[in-house]
Amino acid sequence: MNKLSIITKGLIKENPVLVLLLGTCPTLAVTTMAVNGIGMGVAATLVLVGSNFAISLLKKVIPDKVRIPCYIVIIAGFVTIIQMLVKAYTPDIDKALGIFLPLIVVNCIILGRAEMFASKNSVVDSVLDGLGMGLGFTLALFLMASIREIVGSGSWMGIKLMADTTISIFTLAPGGFFVFGCLIALVNKMTSGKAIKKKEFGCEGCPNASACGKAAKGEC
Amino acid sequence: MKEMAIILLSAVFVNNFVLAKFMGICPFLGVSKKLDSAVGMSLAVIFVMMMATAATWPIQVYLLDKNGLGYLQTVVFILVIAALVQLVEIILKKYVPALHKSLGVYLPLITTNCAVLGVTILNITSAYGFWESMVNALGAGLGFLLAMVLFSGVRSRIEGCDAPKSFQGIPITLVAASIVSVSFMGFAGVIEGLFR
Repeated sequence: MNKLSIITKGLIKENPVLVLLLGTCPTLAVTTMAVNGIGMGVAATLVLVGSNFAISLLKKVIPDKVRIPCYIVIIAGFVTIIQMLVKAYTPDIDKALGIFLPLIVVNCIILGRAEMFASKNSVVDSVLDGLGMGLGFTLALFLMASIREIVGSGSWMGIKLMADTTISIFTLAPGGFFVFGCLIALVNKMTSGKAIKKKEFGCEGCPNASACGKAAKGEC
Repeated sequence: MKEMAIILLSAVFVNNFVLAKFMGICPFLGVSKKLDSAVGMSLAVIFVMMMATAATWPIQVYLLDKNGLGYLQTVVFILVIAALVQLVEIILKKYVPALHKSLGVYLPLITTNCAVLGVTILNITSAYGFWESMVNALGAGLGFLLAMVLFSGVRSRIEGCDAPKSFQGIPITLVAASIVSVSFMGFAGVIEGLFR
């Protein structure tokens, strides 16, 4: 696999949100405004690059049996750093993301990439993978937040576009579920089954693996 | 007593963790296919939420805040929850094998469930006292149970429907979740009205 394809596969073919359906909670929660989507995406990307870097460096040191707790501690460390930086330099974003900033720790994308990629590949590849996946996450969040902000509050990136024709339910919880469902359907339609399937991808990154076990039977 | 009831009811209905706050979406979409697994998962979540709150609240107030270590919150909380889930699993396996059999498969899932970490952090940021935190955790868990049970019913009807090809599977499930979420918006303002 060449270096460029490691980055680009996260953008569309293996997009963590729209194709692999990881990290759904922040995707639904923070995408009421395009700026928040970018903020969340960038914060998660920084954590992802940092944790992939640290984990691939330490992959020979971490004992196999306690690897998940070790990964979680590394990830939580990076999240704390990002939390402090966001609080110090962009307090508005900090307020908008609220509880979802510390909740990056339990974002399945980050633990999933640590388990599937960083623990098996070289440092450079892992950093590139983190960057690609993070950019894919940011792209999906930005897309969804743009739709919700334009339709729901009639503005985009804070710029007023249309004041009178807004459907405010799009900025509320139901709109989040609806737009996300439609975006996934759109991706399904565009790729017409050519995007990577969950079952090809395996259960390692799936947060429901232990209760589901369907990927082994090929019905995921 | 009145405050407790308000906290409990608003956590269950108005600020439902899944449908209004978007926490714990992964199990909501993954485990809600069958009623019995939805109930099993929710009971495990309620149990772990209460335990996690009982453990993290004193740690934050008496250990971290006292020593000016508030910034370690995220690291400490996730570690405490992970250790707690592991401990609960071991204890259940040894002493209550029947319960372990029904809840055991859901326990590893819960460590990375953002609803559990979410409720513990929210208790601190909302400046709740110990018992208020416990009631809030109970309400969050019950809200999760309610959403899961309702949605497993909705889902069993969707399975039999003939959706457009690109909407089959997750997309149509999300659209259905959107409609269930609309119904929960009807609770807004009800709780305040009840206790006026």
